[in-house]
Amino acid sequence: MLLAIDTSAGTAVAVVDRAGAILAERADAATRRHVEVVGDLLRAALAEAGIGASEITGVVAGMGPGPFTGLRVGIAAARAFAFGVGCPVVPVVSHDAVALGRAEPVVVATDARRRELAVSHYGPPDAGGLPARLAGPELVPAGPIEVPIGATLLEVSEIPAGALGALGARLLELGRRLGPGEPLYLRAPDVTLSAGPKRVTA
Amino acid sequence: MTAPLVLGIETSCDETGVGIVRGSTLLANVIASSMDEHARYGGVVPEVAARAHLEALRPTLEAALEQAGVALGEVDAIAVTSGPGLAGALMVGLGAAKALAMALDRPLYAVNHLVGHVGVDLLDPEPLELPAIALLVSGGHTSLLRVRSLTDDVELLGETIDDAAGEAFDKVARLLGLPYPGGPQIDRAAVGGDPAAIRFPRGLTHPKDLERHRYDFSFSGLKTAVARHVEAARDRGEEVALADVAASFREAVADVLTAKAVRACHELEIPRLLLGGGVVANARVRELAAERAAAAGIELRIPPLALCTDNGAMIAALGAALVARGRPPSPFDVPADSTLPVGTVLC
Repeated sequence: MLLAIDTSAGTAVAVVDRAGAILAERADAATRRHVEVVGDLLRAALAEAGIGASEITGVVAGMGPGPFTGLRVGIAAARAFAFGVGCPVVPVVSHDAVALGRAEPVVVATDARRRELAVSHYGPPDAGGLPARLAGPELVPAGPIEVPIGATLLEVSEIPAGALGALGARLLELGRRLGPGEPLYLRAPDVTLSAGPKRVTA
Repeated sequence: MTAPLVLGIETSCDETGVGIVRGSTLLANVIASSMDEHARYGGVVPEVAARAHLEALRPTLEAALEQAGVALGEVDAIAVTSGPGLAGALMVGLGAAKALAMALDRPLYAVNHLVGHVGVDLLDPEPLELPAIALLVSGGHTSLLRVRSLTDDVELLGETIDDAAGEAFDKVARLLGLPYPGGPQIDRAAVGGDPAAIRFPRGLTHPKDLERHRYDFSFSGLKTAVARHVEAARDRGEEVALADVAASFREAVADVLTAKAVRACHELEIPRLLLGGGVVANARVRELAAERAAAAGIELRIPPLALCTDNGAMIAALGAALVARGRPPSPFDVPADSTLPVGTVLC
């Protein structure tokens, strides 16, 4: 049984079985309440799936892209839960969960704040039926997104944790290379080196 | 029944701390600091600190369990700092603690960071008798507390109205051309200096200020006074007397911190004083506190340095005290609160 956690947009939690079937899925769309809701969503998802924490054999973590502060909550929770039950973390690019199951090429876009969007381009699914990311995720200015002919634009405000979990299950089953080990912040921390102390006397 | 085994997680600033206690016995205290990453910016950068917490969390947990010689499954409760502190940093620890509590099916105690600094004294074989006065001084806090009960009754007597004392050390170090963190640098520069060479101002100590800010602190004016002094010397083409400036500045900080703490002990008739926070590492602050406490007949308690700076052991110790007193655990929707008042010991 896999647990999936994503806080790259709202907070989304799911329990899926090894075949990728969704047993429980819980979400809260609020984009600034991740740390408040993640505990209760975990509890509710496990209860709905009717399993104990110790039955979880892998934790799928949405690694972003997403706004820093919220994104970290889900990754911290995923890593801590996995540490707690002694199972591996399965890192997955959050956009990949949106592209999962689409037969045609897609462009996935999510809000990156500061008048920017995080965008990933996908071709048709690969031979294993998994999303084939051709480019991204990367930041682009908010506004019309360039979508190749024949591709569908998926501009979403929530990441489906069920699909994230199903994707994690498929990756494990196929023994595929997993997603990035580190969060996809896509931006350096906001900080500038000081030019030195300012004068206080005129 | 054996005392509860509690694991404490602290991520309120730039230190990822995990501590493990059994009742009032310290088993592990492991700290990963991102201080070096902040050095070139001259102060803690919240986003840099939060990113570092996420990376350090698991290795710090593993190291703490190894040091304690216990298995994660033996842990009876998880304690975590939920405030005050840097919001983004707090959220990493709190998010992890909730998931860990859920994974282990153990209760979660979300506790106050500042009270943790006082609670660390529980790990001493002979904890300070209560009520006691606590002076907590770090880069983020300068607070004077009256502690009647660690779990139920902690009162804020006063705090800084502008910069924290540790922040003043960092800022003054910078204007003297010394690297971050400022405390040890100022200490080093002050060697051989005359602490009475320059009479820098003692914030909020005039009688009229004492009416409104009896136990409050202010270090912003002191920092500006040092800057003026340094600029005036440079404008005259003179060399800044670094040792004298550093010693005089440090004396002003140590003076006002210890004078107000001793005044609180005296006026509130509580002859017991506990120091905590990273600034306690400063030799002159410790020395002057010891001198004045002895002169005033006050019992002074200074925890070992590794337990004075931010750490998870103090959070675990406070958590264990709450468990021992049968306090109900925190609700699972407990938020991170960057300005959590000190009166709220358990969220």
